[in-house]
Amino acid sequence: MDPVLIGLTVFVILGSLAALEMKSLLSAVIAIGVVGLGLSIVFLLLGAPDIAITQVVVEVIVVTVLIRAAARVPEETPTLRASRARTFAGAGVALIAVGLLAAAFQTLPAFGSQRFAPALWYLENAPDLTGATNVVTAILLDFRAYDTLGEATVILTAVVGALAVLRRPERPKEGSHV
Amino acid sequence: MMMYALAAVLLGVGLYGLLVKRHLLKKVLGLLIVEHAVNLFLIQLGYIDGGIAPIRTAGEEAAAFVGNAVDPLPQVLVLTSIVIGLGLAMLMVALTLRIYQRYGSLDADRMSELKG
Repeated sequence: MDPVLIGLTVFVILGSLAALEMKSLLSAVIAIGVVGLGLSIVFLLLGAPDIAITQVVVEVIVVTVLIRAAARVPEETPTLRASRARTFAGAGVALIAVGLLAAAFQTLPAFGSQRFAPALWYLENAPDLTGATNVVTAILLDFRAYDTLGEATVILTAVVGALAVLRRPERPKEGSHV
Repeated sequence: MMMYALAAVLLGVGLYGLLVKRHLLKKVLGLLIVEHAVNLFLIQLGYIDGGIAPIRTAGEEAAAFVGNAVDPLPQVLVLTSIVIGLGLAMLMVALTLRIYQRYGSLDADRMSELKG
């Protein structure tokens, strides 16, 4: 197993802990940016350059928006301490979830040992059937094009939702009797 | 197994943030971390030792390519999931700002006491 991969993943975990525990909101947002960019390098090492590129672009947009949001709200974090009981209960639930997941992962084939059956079919046939050399885009835009259409729909819905939420409330017009 | 466990720990960290933190923006960060963890796990699932990216370069033997490339299917689904995560993050931040405008606070505990 690659020690670089393990080191980077541990770095991502530490970054996300820092993002949650930082007092300053702006520092927390920057820590979440570190998490996303570290993760994109992990993706690159795991043989997924398409994902790495997308992750970088998305992370830049998300961090920009979060910085705008963090600058607009006051720093009330110091007064927002969770009670000790709640911290322990939350950490306990998270630990139980991690334990259950780790137990479930024991049943999986070992990391890096095998691929799932559909992978071989796609790798063998996708380049010839679609003419695309990149199998990921071949699946994304040919075999699963409706998936991508659905993705575009979700993005549109999210944009419409955000606009509806952020719209300034309309003042009632003079003379109207609503 | 070790790598899968690390993804599980990342998910646990995000879950902790979601459950314990009272600041709404911190809860948003927690959900983003959970998202990252799930994406990481799916990509790990498709990896094989010594795997190369599933991009067939000119002149590469088909048999060698099929033998070495990592699983492309999880990558496609994660690509979709990352972009949808972007939309989700935007919507969450918009709602958070709106809540702040309306209630003048970002404390999730106070939020549940307020009515109307």
